[in-house]
Amino acid sequence: MRKVHSKILSIVGNVITVKAAGVAYEELAEVKTSRGKSLAQVIKIEDDIISLQVFSGSRGISTNDEVQFLSHPMKVPFSENMLGRIFTGSGVPRDNGPSLNENLIEITGPAVNPAKRIIPRRMIRTNIPMIDVFNSLVVSQKLPIFSTSGEPYNELLARIALQAEVDMIILGGIGLKYDQYMFFKNALEEGGALNRSIFFIHTASDPIVEGLMVPDLCLAVGEKFALQGKDVLVLLTDMTNFADALKEIAITMEQVPSNRGYPGDLYSQLAKRYEKAVDFDSAGSITTLAVTTMPGDDVTHPVPDNTGYITEGQFYLKGGRIEPFGSLSRLKQQVNDNTRKDHRAIMDGMIQLYAEYKETEEKRTMGFRMSSWDKKLLKYGNLFESHMMDLSVKISLEDALDNGWKILADCFESQETSFRTDLIKEFWPKKTNNEEVVSAGDKPEVYGVKDEDCEDDDKKLS
Amino acid sequence: MSKRCGNIKLIQGNMICVGFDGDIIQNEVGYVVCGKERLMAEVIKISGGIAYMQVFEDTKGIKAGDTVEFSGKMLSVELGPGLLGQVYDGLQNPLPKLAEDHGFFLPRGIQLNALDYEKEWHFKPIVEDKKNKKISKGIPLGYVREGIFKHYIMVPFNLNDEYELEFVAPEGDYKIKDTIARIKDGKGQVKELNMVFDWPIKIPIDAYAEKSIPKEPLTTKIRIIDTFFPISKGGSYCIPGPFGAGKTVLQQLTSRYAEVDIVIIAACGERAGEVVETLREFPKLEDPRTGKSLMERTVIICNTSSMPVAARDASVYTGATLGEYYRQMGLDVLLLADSTSRWAQAMREVSGRLEEIPGEEAYPAYLESRIAEFYERSGLVELNFGEKGSLTIGGTVSPAGGNFDEPVTQSTLKVVGAFHGLSRDRANARKFPSIDPLDSWSRYFSFINADLIKKAKNILVKGDEVDQMMKVVGEEGTSIEDFVIYLKSEFLDTVYLQQNGYDKVDSATSLERQEYVFGKVYSVLNKNFNFDKKGHARKSFYELRQLFIDWNYKKWGSEEFKGQESGIDKFLEAY
Repeated sequence: MRKVHSKILSIVGNVITVKAAGVAYEELAEVKTSRGKSLAQVIKIEDDIISLQVFSGSRGISTNDEVQFLSHPMKVPFSENMLGRIFTGSGVPRDNGPSLNENLIEITGPAVNPAKRIIPRRMIRTNIPMIDVFNSLVVSQKLPIFSTSGEPYNELLARIALQAEVDMIILGGIGLKYDQYMFFKNALEEGGALNRSIFFIHTASDPIVEGLMVPDLCLAVGEKFALQGKDVLVLLTDMTNFADALKEIAITMEQVPSNRGYPGDLYSQLAKRYEKAVDFDSAGSITTLAVTTMPGDDVTHPVPDNTGYITEGQFYLKGGRIEPFGSLSRLKQQVNDNTRKDHRAIMDGMIQLYAEYKETEEKRTMGFRMSSWDKKLLKYGNLFESHMMDLSVKISLEDALDNGWKILADCFESQETSFRTDLIKEFWPKKTNNEEVVSAGDKPEVYGVKDEDCEDDDKKLS
Repeated sequence: MSKRCGNIKLIQGNMICVGFDGDIIQNEVGYVVCGKERLMAEVIKISGGIAYMQVFEDTKGIKAGDTVEFSGKMLSVELGPGLLGQVYDGLQNPLPKLAEDHGFFLPRGIQLNALDYEKEWHFKPIVEDKKNKKISKGIPLGYVREGIFKHYIMVPFNLNDEYELEFVAPEGDYKIKDTIARIKDGKGQVKELNMVFDWPIKIPIDAYAEKSIPKEPLTTKIRIIDTFFPISKGGSYCIPGPFGAGKTVLQQLTSRYAEVDIVIIAACGERAGEVVETLREFPKLEDPRTGKSLMERTVIICNTSSMPVAARDASVYTGATLGEYYRQMGLDVLLLADSTSRWAQAMREVSGRLEEIPGEEAYPAYLESRIAEFYERSGLVELNFGEKGSLTIGGTVSPAGGNFDEPVTQSTLKVVGAFHGLSRDRANARKFPSIDPLDSWSRYFSFINADLIKKAKNILVKGDEVDQMMKVVGEEGTSIEDFVIYLKSEFLDTVYLQQNGYDKVDSATSLERQEYVFGKVYSVLNKNFNFDKKGHARKSFYELRQLFIDWNYKKWGSEEFKGQESGIDKFLEAY
């Protein structure tokens, strides 16, 4: 039994210091306060002065409270029994189930040897065209969802969780609002996915330091399952809260801040977590999707900015839609050449035209007269938004590609698009008179209305 | 000899403070004894009897009072035959070997030999074994065959005297630690030489006669670079760009197709996935010049973002040192560092822990000089034995928020010879490469006549002006002449500046083809078209664009290539 220290020297923010010898860096300790027990972790050693960050916060800690070092770093149980269970940011059950103490594993293990990784080649189909067609999700990918408060990012996350082809889901909530936590729980329960899920939930009302552990817990457990051959999807929401917790600790520790108060190692800290996404050679995989809310919708804010440099692309969720500009899946090239041969052409061609539409739309709102080319673009843009971008569209990749050609043929002559001639020959739909080219699909009414709108505008302008 | 040791006083993140007795060297390597593990660390500051050291591994579990053993050596790499085709971490541990020994993860405290000590190499002497033969650092004693190269076995660069050659081994098979020569210095002391020696990575290798001005172009087979913003052998260039603009894809293409002897890829603090792609693909890809695997001319230094931060700093220097080593053999070497911003951030982290007064954006005040030092390791040199070798350095920069007005980009721009600035707008519009033709520059010379380049650039500038104007006055307010200039600039951009990086043919364009196609593109730019209506002009240019895009996909010199060309000629004749 290790010695109990009962003299706390200082309490600053969530960091306390005690005098103790023989303590190891990142070792765990238990602090007994009048409010109960809390875990704490060593974050600095200066001779025999030990600084600890207290997971449950320092409120109510007395200078004569007991601190006992546990001689081991942070650990988390790992077993099949965790499936369907909900834990806190300290790794203890949050549901009313029994606590799990068997088979404890260390969190924040060593990095994967790049030589043991394999090139990801498996696409994860989600039946969301903006993902499947334009920015395919790939096994082992790490992708943030850049968004702002108020956007339906958690809804998107839950939908991907339910529709994606994976073996199990680990959800990490950091500073999650309680109702959002309940939303996830209900959504996965209704979708029948709860029994293949594990939750580590830190809610907005929990002490901030506890949130720091959540990504590590999720990824440590996920990694073990992946090594057993499982394809694991890790969902984290919201990593901006994680970065803010890091900032708080860094400032408490009087570190020199680098950018807007965030510590200089923000990039490394985020990378350490995101890089756990992996496709193991002859074992399973971890795929990570992480919500990152952008304060002030500013992508150059340090958190989204650093994240973007780490992750393999990003989804922008804006106005309830995944934006085609800026959204990017860096791994899509690995998978979209063996789906269908027109996949890449549709992906690039439609976006290029949509970019032109955006320019025209800008001109239109400024009151310029629309040329016949502009009118074509306007029609195209509206069709694209309603039949591809709308989040409620749920169709397979192949259907989405077919729809793409139909939209193009409905708006343009084939040579106005910059597609390769051989593809045009094979895929360009043959027009017959009086036939609605775009299939009725999910929202026929949108198609009709928008088209008329477009012509009305033209009349007004001319 | 007694080991010099110290005791740990303070631990915070990957920095430790160590109390020591006796003497200590700046940048000396020490080992933290943590249980059974020995963790490598480097001295970065000495003050008041305390050595500040950065640990190259995770510091979990280290205790105050733990011992640090000093090695007496600066952070060094092993230089000798067998480097090519290797995949190292920032400290020159071979990663495949680590995987073989330790499985999926990178264990702490493992240091492996960088080179295979058991492998035998066929050595052929080239100096005459003659008494009184004078010899100095960098002079080749003989060579071994490493892949397609003659790997010179040279007098180690750290021997600064003039020596007399006493003995050189006869032709035969030797292990790298076998003695292959004996030399005697002025005081009569004899040294035995083998095929391998150490060199401290932070010190540039200077065993050459003279550094000259880079003149010869380095062909990357990327049209916008070779034609408009060229690089020279022995020069340096940088690619700053926001995330998602295609820095890494550009680097990967360059590493594949660049016409140099050896490519060293320093993946510094970037995604592991990208390295894996190189790692797994290169052995299968054929080097177009030699017909052998691309891996045989490549060395990968890989310190991805999840690997310890301190080793990131080491990885770029390791890359530069290996590059200089092969340059010393008269070869053309290209070092690609991706990304130098991660390296700068590593410096910032260390500086913060040392509680130095922060400069701009909390980067240390010496950021600029470090970056300058690094890029200045590039160069075209005349060696001590008459041959010429070059090291070209290309670094990517990842500026925060994609804003080039930040310290790392600005410090880099001051010292490089070419700037390939990537633009978010071009990337969003799926234009690849997203090098901005209006912002970028190069101080090196293109293989195409400078006047033509100037005129072509002029069209891009004017086209952009017209485009801006059209946004204000609309298409109807633009004269047809201006509109045609706009179309021409769009045409040049689409069919020549942009390239499909994933197409077999279009991803690499030889100089010969570039010259030919540019001639044709230029004739379009130079042509007086008489269009009566804008709609007509637009339609014609779109058709022409289509013809050229299809032409780009045809194999150089093939029948289809010629057929497509005559189609273009016919189309042009009609105007």
